[in-house]
Amino acid sequence: MRGTALYLLGRGGQALLVLWAAFSLSFVILYALPSDPVSIMLNQSGEQSTVNQQQVAALRAQYHLDEPLAVQYGIALWHAVQLDFGNSIQSGQPVSASLAEALPKTAALALVSLAVALVLGVSLALVASLTRRRWLRDLLLGLPAVAVSLPTFWVGLLLLQWFSFGWHWFPAMGNQGFASLVLPTLTLAIPTSAVIAQVLARSLAATARLPFVDALRAKGLSPLRVLLTHVLHNAVIPILSLSGVIVGSLLAGSVVTETVFSREGVGRLAQGAVSTQDIPVVQGVVVLAALIFIAVNLLVDLLYPLLDPRIRGAAR
Amino acid sequence: MKPFSVALLALLLAGCGGPSGEVSQADPSKPHSGGTLRVALDGDPQCVDPQQAGNNTALNVGRQLVDSLTDQDPVTGAIVPWLAERWEVDADSRRFTFVLRQGATFSDGAAVDAAAVKANLQGILALGARSILGSTYLAGLKRIDTPDSHTVVVEFEQSNAQFLQATSTMTLGLLSPANLALSSGERCQGQLVGSGPFVLKSFVHNQKVSLSRREDYAWGSSLAAHTGKAWLDGIEFLIIPESGVRLGSLASAQIEVNTSVAPQDEPGIEGQGLVLLTRANPGVVFNLALNESTPLFADIKVRQALNKAIDRAELQRIISRYQKPATALLATSTPLYRDFSGLLAYDPDGARRLLDEAGWQVGADGVRVKDGKRLAFRLDYWQQTPILELVQQQLKGVGIDFQLNKSTISQVTAIQAGGDFSVRFLNLTRADPDVLRTVYDARGYNINKREPGEVDRLLSESSKTLDSAKRQGLIDQASELLLRDGHAIALVELATVLAHGKKVQGLHYEASSRLQFFDTWLQP
Repeated sequence: MRGTALYLLGRGGQALLVLWAAFSLSFVILYALPSDPVSIMLNQSGEQSTVNQQQVAALRAQYHLDEPLAVQYGIALWHAVQLDFGNSIQSGQPVSASLAEALPKTAALALVSLAVALVLGVSLALVASLTRRRWLRDLLLGLPAVAVSLPTFWVGLLLLQWFSFGWHWFPAMGNQGFASLVLPTLTLAIPTSAVIAQVLARSLAATARLPFVDALRAKGLSPLRVLLTHVLHNAVIPILSLSGVIVGSLLAGSVVTETVFSREGVGRLAQGAVSTQDIPVVQGVVVLAALIFIAVNLLVDLLYPLLDPRIRGAAR
Repeated sequence: MKPFSVALLALLLAGCGGPSGEVSQADPSKPHSGGTLRVALDGDPQCVDPQQAGNNTALNVGRQLVDSLTDQDPVTGAIVPWLAERWEVDADSRRFTFVLRQGATFSDGAAVDAAAVKANLQGILALGARSILGSTYLAGLKRIDTPDSHTVVVEFEQSNAQFLQATSTMTLGLLSPANLALSSGERCQGQLVGSGPFVLKSFVHNQKVSLSRREDYAWGSSLAAHTGKAWLDGIEFLIIPESGVRLGSLASAQIEVNTSVAPQDEPGIEGQGLVLLTRANPGVVFNLALNESTPLFADIKVRQALNKAIDRAELQRIISRYQKPATALLATSTPLYRDFSGLLAYDPDGARRLLDEAGWQVGADGVRVKDGKRLAFRLDYWQQTPILELVQQQLKGVGIDFQLNKSTISQVTAIQAGGDFSVRFLNLTRADPDVLRTVYDARGYNINKREPGEVDRLLSESSKTLDSAKRQGLIDQASELLLRDGHAIALVELATVLAHGKKVQGLHYEASSRLQFFDTWLQP
């Protein structure tokens, strides 16, 4: 019990360190860029801004952009510690409100996509492992490589062309209702399912060659039973280890998917903020993403020992 | 002090040629009330407060929420009554007296009165740089008096003829006094109370802005085709960043209006039974403004050679066919526009002669050389445009090495702020010829970094009068000098191209090529 508490405390310390590093690194990168968010805001129309320079200077001072770098960093960090990331320079909206508005939309998309990707990926790997026909197995195991190489925006536009513009089955845009979730989910799930299928199929094949499988077969269990109850259980660990990568690719994929399908979400928010150098918003998104990664990794580490007795004890 | 009468002013302005506002084939006999119009925007409006906004998406939303003191006829450029039923301007265009119409209210019930107008103008001034467009319109505001509840007197430190046109823009549109008490950020996020025909219901970033009709609206502009409330029940502005998705959504009737048609999509739209609606943006056309504090462009002959080396007819081949090569520094849709294409003729031999005279001799690699220096300069720009590469080739033809550095908006603004540039590529939309003074006045923004001269005297004189014949003469002389002396190398006009479905009627551009949906209706 005490061991577990100490372990969690250590992980908490690590998490804080990671958050601080993510915050500081993104701060340095944003400030190393030329120009500043205020001049970008004034030129947002793409046309010549003719605002007079004193007024511009006054606005810059409001955001402490005229202070030395260290002072700006200090101010930003002090507020961030209190979970206050300030207001967006472009829109004036509090960053926390922007994130609270966008996160549920992206979370819904990412979770549904993950579920679909798991179903697709696991089914493909299982069917490929079970089939006796060599050509079918080769074909199925070739699919993930193809799916991973398809550009997400191209898949999205293709789906839109057929299912929305052509056959009017699903809306082309927006966040309203389940129907609007179908095409973006597919778009985002396809590359993710490919990664899952590839890793799982390989892991299944490796596990199936282990001696305990021969023993089970000798006992007279059917190949299907062996695969589903024994091999799969042992082969699933690499997928779990991939969780961080999968969550990362879902978040990254949401930028393109949300843009193509005109959805509100963290991806769109991040894209807009980066292109306009909206420092408070970018920092908010970076810290949020870091938090998600930390949470996922912690969850995975806590799950390992439950799935695999060999890791119990070793984990501590 | 010799006040102008409104009628005289309208008559004078009506006399000037130029802008052409196209109206889609409306059937004015039987407008239908009802329905929600779905309008695609190409980007997030960020801040929907029209007093602060700088981008077209936000201005198009804001236009539906606020009314202005005056309105501007997109065909004639004349300033006509809206919330102000009449006005007087003193002889040197410093004092403007507006008499408000009675009975107009904001959607929170407050009256549109003199005190509200005063509070709005003061509020915009207090926004400073946050009012990206308004801070220029109100520069030099001295005092505002309200002798009675429906009279406002606005006085400037110096002559400011452009202010009258500025009062017709959504930027100087009116918000309720209670609304002005909110922070600028809160208003950006959609807490807006105007007196317009529509009220804002909700604004979700990267998603949509929903407006609903105001049922007791009865003070439409004198330009409106009907009186009373708007025809549409509401408007949904949907934010759709991908041009192909906007096109497909329009073709499959998931939206009714696409406000931003990409040039590559234009042919497809006409093939699908949709309607294209286009208008040149008034104001300063896309042009190269030269930095005359550099030794290279301090030489007038080099500047003039640049102008003669450009074949504008050839530029037409690569731009949208709804866009036109420049025929002056002002776009054709700007009030007091006059054709100066004679000064923009392609004359490569003339350009070579000027460069020879200036001492630039053709070097070994075809690029001219003088005192061991090559005739080369670099443009940093961010705009999406195909024309600059062609301009580069054309200049190469006379021995000029025009280097292009396409970069991000942030890098370009940083370079420009540092003053380390030879040339800038820009345009500026404004339905008033005073836009020339805004950009080129050597005692103001001074984009050329040059000493004041005759041009600036003319521009300054033009800001003192609203007498259209007099103003026309001054603007003509200033335009001619700006082009002839090579302060600006005019290239092509900007055009706004939108597409809409067949059911949409009564949609048209207002004077600054933005949208006004008051008269728009949907065929059932």
